[in-house]
Parts: sequence; C-alpha cells; structure tokens
Amino acid sequence: MAESYRRSSWSNALFILPYMSVFITLLVFPLFWGMWLSLNKTDLFGGAKFIGIKNYIRVFNDPVFAQAVWNTVVFVLVSVPTLVALGLFLALALNKTTKGSSFLRGLFFSSSVLSVTIVTLIWRFVFVPGDGLLYLIFTKMGWETINFLSTEGWSLFAVGVATVWWCLGLPMMLFLASLQQIPGDLYEAAALDNASRWRILTRITLPSIKSTILLVTVVQIVFQFQLFGQAQLMTNGGPSGTSRPIVMYIYETGFIRWDVGMGAAASEVLFLIILVAAMVQYWVTSNKEEA
Amino acid sequence: MSATIDINNVTKAYGSLTVLDEISLGIEAGEFIVFLGPSGCGKSTLLRMIAGLESVDKGTISIGGDRIDTLPPGKRGVAMVFQTYALYPHMTVAQNMAFGLENIKIDKAEIRKRVEAAAETLEMSHLLDRKPAKLSGGQRQRVAIGRAIVKEPKAFLFDEPLSNLDAALRSRTRLELAQLHQRLGSTMIFVTHDQVEAMTLAHRIVVMHDRKIEQIGTPMEIYQRPATRFVAEFVGSPAMSMLPIKALEAKAGKTGLDVAGAGMIETTIKLPADFKLDGAAIGLRSEDTFVVNPGEDGLGLTVSVVERLGERTLLYGKLDNGLDLIVEDSGRSTVRAGDRVLVGFDEKALHVFDGNDKAYHWQEEA
Repeated sequence: MAESYRRSSWSNALFILPYMSVFITLLVFPLFWGMWLSLNKTDLFGGAKFIGIKNYIRVFNDPVFAQAVWNTVVFVLVSVPTLVALGLFLALALNKTTKGSSFLRGLFFSSSVLSVTIVTLIWRFVFVPGDGLLYLIFTKMGWETINFLSTEGWSLFAVGVATVWWCLGLPMMLFLASLQQIPGDLYEAAALDNASRWRILTRITLPSIKSTILLVTVVQIVFQFQLFGQAQLMTNGGPSGTSRPIVMYIYETGFIRWDVGMGAAASEVLFLIILVAAMVQYWVTSNKEEA
Repeated sequence: MSATIDINNVTKAYGSLTVLDEISLGIEAGEFIVFLGPSGCGKSTLLRMIAGLESVDKGTISIGGDRIDTLPPGKRGVAMVFQTYALYPHMTVAQNMAFGLENIKIDKAEIRKRVEAAAETLEMSHLLDRKPAKLSGGQRQRVAIGRAIVKEPKAFLFDEPLSNLDAALRSRTRLELAQLHQRLGSTMIFVTHDQVEAMTLAHRIVVMHDRKIEQIGTPMEIYQRPATRFVAEFVGSPAMSMLPIKALEAKAGKTGLDVAGAGMIETTIKLPADFKLDGAAIGLRSEDTFVVNPGEDGLGLTVSVVERLGERTLLYGKLDNGLDLIVEDSGRSTVRAGDRVLVGFDEKALHVFDGNDKAYHWQEEA
C-alpha cells in the first residue's frame, strides 16, 4: 500500500490544483507584483522604469504620509482595545440561554452584515451638522453643538464610533463561542471555593479565553489598519487630512495621482506595519503566558 | 473536623419531572456514606443539593445541626471532588489547592502550610508546580482530593470520582480513599453506580432507585438482606437469579413454595398471611448454588455459557422449563457449555420477594 501511495502522489496533487491556481494567481502573484511595482516608476497605462528604492524615499519624506500613519496608528490604538473590551463585555453579559439574550446577540451582530456604505450613511445621520441626531440632542439640551465630521479630532472620533458599531459583532461572537467552551464544572468548583465574581472573571474566565482574546486582537489590528471606506465616505480624510488613513493615502496616490509605484511602496510599508504590530502583539502575549 | 448531615423530606423537580421525592436521611459525624444506584436515580442530584449546586424545592438540609440549604455553596463548609476533577487548567497544582483558601482571605503562611501538608499526605509534593495538563488521570484525581482536604471541610462530597480511572488505578485509589477516611475521620458522601466501590468503602450504603431511597444499610445488610427486589438484583455480580413462585402452601412452621422450574421448596422464612403471590419470586445468588453429583437430588440445568474466573466458575444455563439460572462451581470445574448438570442450593440463603417486590429472608432462630 505504501508503494502505491508513493506512486500516485503526483496525481494526488490534482485535487488541490483548483485551489492552488486561485491562491497563486490572486494572492501570491499580486503580493510579489506589488513589491516589484514599488521599485518602479509606473502608472496604470504601462511604461515601468526601475528606480530602486526611490519610491520608498519619497513616501518617507512625504508629510502627508506621516500624517496618515499617525492617524491610522491613533485610530488602531483606540478602536482595537475598545472593540476587544466592548466585545468581551457584551459576550459576558449575553452568555446565557434566555430568549432575550439570544435576541440581543442577533441584534448586536446584525450591524456586521451591513455594507460600509449603509453603515456610514446611518452614522452620517447621527453626526451630520444641521439636522443630525446629535445636533438635535445637543440643541435640545442647550449645549454648544459640535460639527463632528469636519472638526479636527472629532472627525477621526466619528469614524471610530461608526467602525466600532460596525465591527463589534465578530469579536462578540468569537468571545461567546469561546466562553461556551469553558466547562461548567469549573464554575461549580469556584462556587464551592467561595470565589467572588471578580475572582471568577480574572482567575477563571479570562485565562480560559486568553487565546481568543489574542486572536480577536490580532485580527482587529490587521483589519483596522486597513481603515478606508468609513473615512472616505464620512469625512473624506478631512479636515486637512486629520482623518486620512494610510489606505486612503495609497488610494489617492495610486488612483488619483496615478503614481502607482509610490502607492505600491506605501502599501508595502503598511504591510510591514501590520505584520510587525501583529507579531509584537503575539509575542507579548505568548511571552506573558510563559512567565 | 466532621459533622452530622440531616436531609429532611427533600424534593427536587425540573418542571413537571420529579427527580427526588421526599428523601430523608441522617448521616453520623465521621461516617462514610455511599449513594448507590443506576444512572438517573437522582443520587448525583442529591449530592449536588447538599453541595449547593442545585436548589432544594422542598425540605431542608442541615450540617452539624445548622440549616445550610439556603446558603451559597461556598458557605456550607463542604468540599467536593468532581467526576471530571474540575481542576483550574491555567493554575498550578499548588494554586489550584490554594484558590479556595485565598478567597476566604486565609493567611499566606497558613495556606502554604496546609497545601504542603495535603501534598505530603497524598504523596504529590513533587507535583505542586505543575499544571493539570501535565498530570496523569490519577495525579489529577489526587489534586482534586487535595483541593478538598486543604479546606478542612465539615464534609467531603465525592461525585463518582473514580469513574475516569483505569481499572488498576481505580482499585488502588479506592484503597487510598478508605485510608484517607480513616486518617481524617471526616464525614464523607460518595456517589457511585459501581457496587464494588460501594461495598468496599461504605459504612452504610444508601441504595437509590427511581427518585426514592430503596434501602439504607451496611454493605453486608444490603447484600445479604436486600429490602426489595430492586436492591437484590442491583447489588451483587452476577445478578441474583429469580424464579417465579406459582403457589404457596402453609405447613406446620414452614411454608411450601411451588417454584417454577424448581418444584416444591420448603422454607422457614416467615411470610405474612396477605402475601401477594402475583409477581412473587424466589431469588438465588450464584454463590448459594452448587453442582451436585449425578443421581443426587437437584434441579436439571443445561449450561449454555461457562465463565472461568480462576477461583470459581460461573455456569449460565436454563432450567428444564426454560428459566435462566446462574450457578457457581469450583475453580476446577470441568463443566462445559452444552453439558447438563444437577444443581442444589442452600435453602437458608433463599430470598423471597412478594408481588410488591418486598423481600423476606431467612431468620436466625432466636
């Protein structure tokens, strides 16, 4: 049997051929092509010229890129912990078998299935000056109104709120799935051990779902660094670029200014940032576990 | 530390399904009690009610004279060893044992002292820094017991703690539990469906069946004088053979029983005048039967299966009228499947069950 297994091994590869062809054409090839593009001066109409790392030098010397990196980092540093904490809180609160909690689970998850256009439309209704929901509330309360979408600082905040609302469903569901894996008798043992609710949370529940917390954090870091649609549709990066994320910079460079080479270089930088952020997160968490 | 436990008219129902019906039981301080019964008889539920993991719908439970069924689990002064051990997976053995003591703010030095003492008792001092995933089943079992010991509880509750161990480890741990009980002298309640565990560990066995207590008694009482047909058939391996009684005939100081397959049997077992014949039977344990020489007086049995256990041989067969009977023969038995043998039995060891499954046994002459 071992012999026939060895003999047929090459024909077995046919089974993964459909997947491999899609994987190579749509993922591996573009990855390396993007790297190649970043080393060329080129636009979408052909005529590439190899210029080495000049695109990278231009990207790093561009204050607009630096601002976009800063905006994105701030956005990730605020939105990811919020998503993890809020997702965890909701999962803990809704980890019951009552009808009410399953309804609420569905409700909180439902925002995740909406497209970014719908999400931003909804939140524009909330933030838009003049007749937005917040404007009406602020006027009713007699407070000074804020133009959320075009005030420096508030614009990125508004994008963040919409993003958290949109993305909260997945972390919550992952945490719920993980919470339901914890054996019930651990909690019974803890009850017999006189553990307070806080001790149960910190010594039993959280350590038991540690790997899911890590997973959700890494996934959200990767995902939120790619912020684009919400910023594009809600603030268009404004005012004066204070809510412009890296992907929007790439889009503008590559597809509005037709500088594809420089756009590709910025993409590679974003790729590295995400890789490093995810690795650091992974390294920090798994190191703690060893200790 | 040990305390009495009093269970008074306790009832438990899930919706319309009653799982325990008016259970009453008194347990002495320092006693080793085993709840024995088949799956679903309510034994684990009763234990969990004592622990506080299930609510009590009706009735009361007291430990050491204090009513505890209204207290949360941690305040009842009991410690429990779970079937799955329920060790905290991300804590070391020492942390697992210390967790309950830390929660009630016991002094750190005292915690260390108790953990080390318990580890020494259970011979697992070298395991204190390991996590449960790095332990074998038997070692986890010890940690679970250690976690109970350090709490110095008024009573230990064991929920089928040996069922996840292999056979050799199970009998060793059983012995260790008996020694532990002797050393600690604590009140212990042990739930099992394994009659060997019940017989070997218990001072008294509580046999439970179908929401109720069938019988409470010492292991030998349960075995030799089962109160009901259920207890007789549940306890003992192989199970007691039952032969239906067709008719009853009162004689001077004796009763004649017309037993299907065995003919007329005379017995001195005292049976009441209103003995319910419909469904009545005699019960015979295999060890009270024997093979007699050809030509002697005995019941004809056609052997279908021979089980050789070394020190004895079990013969499974059918009597001439088709009823099943299990007979014990010596370890050197030469009987083979298909043979026909003659079987005798010790009439004093006979058990009689009436139509209501109540049991009657031979009485020692006063």
